[in-house]
Amino acid sequence: MDITIGFTVNGKAATVTTDPQRPLLDILREDLHLTGTKYGCGEGFCGVCTVLMDGKRTLACITPAKDVDQKTIVTIEGLADGDKLHPVQEAFLAEGAMQCGYCTPGMILTTVALLRENPQPTEAEILNWMDGNICRCNNYPNILNAVRRAVREARR
Amino acid sequence: MMKTRDSNSDGRSRKSQSTPIASQPGTLPETLSGIDRRGFVQLLGAGLLVTVFEGIAEAQRGSGGGGGGRGRNVSARIHIGEDGTLTVMTGKIEMGQGARAELTQSAAEELHLSPDAIRMVMGDTQLCPDDGTTAGSRTTPSTVPAVRQAAAAARMLLVGLACKQWGVAENSVEVRDGVITHPPSKRSVTFGELAKGGAAARALDQPPPPNVSVTPVKEWKVMGTSYARPNRRDLVTGAHKFPSDLILPNMLHGKVLRPPSYGAKLLSIDLEPARAMKDVVAVREGDFVGVAAPTTFQATQALEAVAETARWEPAPHPSSTEVYDYLRRRVRSKRDVENPFAAEMAKAARGFRQTYRTAYIQHAPAETRTALAEWKDGNLTVWTCTQAPFGYHSELMRAFQLPSECVRVIVPDFGCGFGGKHTAESAIEAARLARAAGRPVSVKWTREEEFTWAYFRPAAVIEIEAALDEKGQIVVWHFININSGAAAVQTPYRIARNNCRYVPSDPPLRQGSYRTLAATANNFARECMMDELAAAAGADPLDFRLAHLDNERLRAALEEAARQFNWRERRRQKRAAGTGIGLACGTEKASVVAACVEIAVDEAKGEIVVKKVTQVFEAGTVVNPENLRKQVIGCILMGLGGALREEMIFEGGRMLNASFGKYLVPRFKDVPELDIHLRNWPGLEPVGGGETPIIAIAPAIGNAVFDATGKRIRQMPINLSTAKSSQTAS
Repeated sequence: MDITIGFTVNGKAATVTTDPQRPLLDILREDLHLTGTKYGCGEGFCGVCTVLMDGKRTLACITPAKDVDQKTIVTIEGLADGDKLHPVQEAFLAEGAMQCGYCTPGMILTTVALLRENPQPTEAEILNWMDGNICRCNNYPNILNAVRRAVREARR
Repeated sequence: MMKTRDSNSDGRSRKSQSTPIASQPGTLPETLSGIDRRGFVQLLGAGLLVTVFEGIAEAQRGSGGGGGGRGRNVSARIHIGEDGTLTVMTGKIEMGQGARAELTQSAAEELHLSPDAIRMVMGDTQLCPDDGTTAGSRTTPSTVPAVRQAAAAARMLLVGLACKQWGVAENSVEVRDGVITHPPSKRSVTFGELAKGGAAARALDQPPPPNVSVTPVKEWKVMGTSYARPNRRDLVTGAHKFPSDLILPNMLHGKVLRPPSYGAKLLSIDLEPARAMKDVVAVREGDFVGVAAPTTFQATQALEAVAETARWEPAPHPSSTEVYDYLRRRVRSKRDVENPFAAEMAKAARGFRQTYRTAYIQHAPAETRTALAEWKDGNLTVWTCTQAPFGYHSELMRAFQLPSECVRVIVPDFGCGFGGKHTAESAIEAARLARAAGRPVSVKWTREEEFTWAYFRPAAVIEIEAALDEKGQIVVWHFININSGAAAVQTPYRIARNNCRYVPSDPPLRQGSYRTLAATANNFARECMMDELAAAAGADPLDFRLAHLDNERLRAALEEAARQFNWRERRRQKRAAGTGIGLACGTEKASVVAACVEIAVDEAKGEIVVKKVTQVFEAGTVVNPENLRKQVIGCILMGLGGALREEMIFEGGRMLNASFGKYLVPRFKDVPELDIHLRNWPGLEPVGGGETPIIAIAPAIGNAVFDATGKRIRQMPINLSTAKSSQTAS
C-alpha cells in the first residue's frame, strides 16, 4: 500500500505518494528529476548515491521512502548557492578530483558530511571516512587532495 | 527544438542552475531531443547539411575503423556558425579518459584559438564523422592528428577567404585568438566576422588544401599543457546529464528477464501477472522477455512477478575453479600449442616449464550499461553509454531492419568504459521495449546484471617453456596464451629461438575487450617468468632483463624506474621480514612502462599490502601531462584490483560474487605511495596512454611476493593461499 511522505529537498518542500519500500534514490531521480544523485550498486557498497539527510551522510539507494518522512535532504544540486559553488565543490575543481565524474557528487557530499561531523580529521580519519566511496577511474589521489584542501579551507 | 548550446553537445553548460523539483515529467536538455534538419541548422548554423549525410554514408561503407577519418570536407569535422561559434565534431566519446580535453586543445592549437572558444560535439552518429571505436588507445595517435589536420585546414581556408577579400598574399597575415591580421595594412577580421552570411561555412565545405601542415611540437601553446576537462564544473554541480540521467516525457523504465543460470533455455512464461499491474507493459519476443513501467520500482516488481512463472531448462557450465582445465582442453588447435623448439630445449643447459593463469574479471564501470530509446515516425534514437557509437548504430540497424538514416545514436559523456562498452545489448533492449510500449523507455542495468551479463575480461592459461645456456642467456622461449588474446604476447627481449602466440579456446563466458586486454595477462606471465629465469641464472632481475633488451625506450624506462626506486641499493640491503621488492616492465600500443614495487606480506593472514609503487611511463610526446598522469595512476590502482583480488567466482552457471560487497575493487585504503614519472620522448609522435600503464603492476607485485616469501604465485589474482596449488600445477 502506498504511503504519502512529506520532506524537504534542497530547501523546497516535497510530497510524494509511493511504496514505503521504494528507495529514496529512485524518488529523487525519477519523481523529482534530481539526477545528480547516482545509482551505483543498490546495496550501499559504493557511495555514489550519497546525500545528506538531516545533515548526515546517507546512502539513498538503501534508504526506503518510509524513513524519509519529515526529513531534510540535501543533494548535489542543492549545495551551491546560486552560481557560487560550495567550498568542497571548489576544492574538487581545484584539485582536478574527477575523471568520468560519475562518483563526484557522492564524493563531494561525503566530504561535506565529514567536515560537519569532524572538522579537523586526521589523515587516518579521512581515509576511514572516504573508504565507503568507490571511484572506478581510481582517481583516489586527486580526490584525497581535494578532501585535504577542503579541510584546510574549512579551518581558515 | 534546440536554440543554444547545451552541456551534452558541447560539454559546457550555459550556467549552473539548481534543478527545480518538478512534479510534471521532465524534459531532455534541448539539444538531446531528436534533431531534424531545421534543428541542426539552428545548432550549428548553415552550411553543414550536405556533409552530415556524407558522414553517415561513409559510416555505412565502414570507413571509420582507424579513427582518422580521411577524405572528408573540412566541414565534416569543423563548423563555423554565422555567429562565429566554432564547433569541432568527433565520433570519439568521453568516459573519463580525457578525450574531450585533448581533442579540444588539438583543435585550438591549429586554429590559433583559445580552447574555451571551441565546442566539441562527441559521439553523435548524425552529427559526427565516424572516428572508429574509442578503444585501443587510438584517440591520441589517430584522432588527435585528424582533428589537427582539419583544424589547420580550416585555419588556412579562413585565411584564404580573408586574403581574397583584402587582395593580399596569404603569407602576409597572422592568426591569433581567432583574429586574422594583415600588419602592413593594419587590417584585421575575426573568424566570427568572416562567418557572417555563411561565407566561412561555405569556405570550409571543401576538401583540405593539399599543403596543410600542423604546428611543430616546439611551437605548441595549448597542446602539451594540462588543459582541464571543459565540462568539469557540471560534474561538481550535478548538472551534467549522464546517459542514465536522461528523462523524456512519458518515459517508462525497462527491465529485462535474465536466465537463472548461463545457457538456461526458457521453456515457458506467463506475462499476465505483469500485464495485470497498472501502467505496466510486458513483452516477449522469442527469448527476449522484458517489462516497462512508470518507475524502476514498479518495473522490478513486474519483472519478479513474471519471473516466478518462468520454467527453464538449465545447461551444464563449468565452475571458476575448473575453468582453466576447461579452456586448456578446448583449445582450438592442439598443434599451435606445441613447442617448435622442443629439440633445442632438450639440448640446452637448463630447461624450464611453467603455467600461469589469470582469472575472469569484470570492468565494473561506475555507470552500468544504460540506454534510452525513442521511436518517432519510424526513426529510432538511442542515448546510451558506449565506446562504439557507430558500432551501436550498425547493431541497431541490423536488429530492427532499419536503413542507416533512421537510426541515431547519441553518447553524452558517461561513467567509465575500460573496454567494456562495445556491444549494444542495453540499446537493443531499450529499443525493443520502447517499440512495444509506444513510449520512450530507459533501461539501466543493475550492478548484479553488470557483473553477470556484461562481457568479461577473458581468463587465460599461459604455458611457457624456456631454456638457458651455460652463460645464463635465454636461448629458447615458447609462450602460448590460451584464450585471452594476442596483445603483448610477443616478447620484447632478444631471444634466438622464440615462439609466441595466442591460441583461441571455446570460452564458457561471454568475453571481450578490457583495458589493454590480454597485455596484462601476457606481461604478468612473461615478467614473472623472467624473474624465475633470473633467479635460476643467479642474476639480478634488472641486470637479467637489460642483458636481453634492445628496445631503447623500454631500457630507458626500466633504468629510470630502477634509479628512482633506488633498486640496486635496495637489492643489496637486507629486507625486513615480510617485506619484498619487485620490478617489471613491458611495452604495448607503442608506449613503454616500468614499475618497481615494495610490498609487505603477512603469510599467516594471507595478506599482501602494496606499500610503494615507482612507475615510469613513456608515450612519445605528451599532449596533456595532468591527464596522462591521471591515466597512469588510474591504471596502476585499477591494476591493483586485478593483481590482488578481482576474480569472478561462478558455479552451476551462476555468479557467486556479482556485487561490490563480494567483488572487491580498489578503494581509498588500497592506495600505496605513488612515485610517478612521465617521460617525454621528443621527436616521437604522441601515442595513447590510457591502457599500457596497467601492465607492469601485477608482475612487479608477483616478483616482490617471491622476494618476500620465496614463493612463486603463478596466478592472477595473486593470492598466497593458492600459492601451493600454483607451484604444483606445473
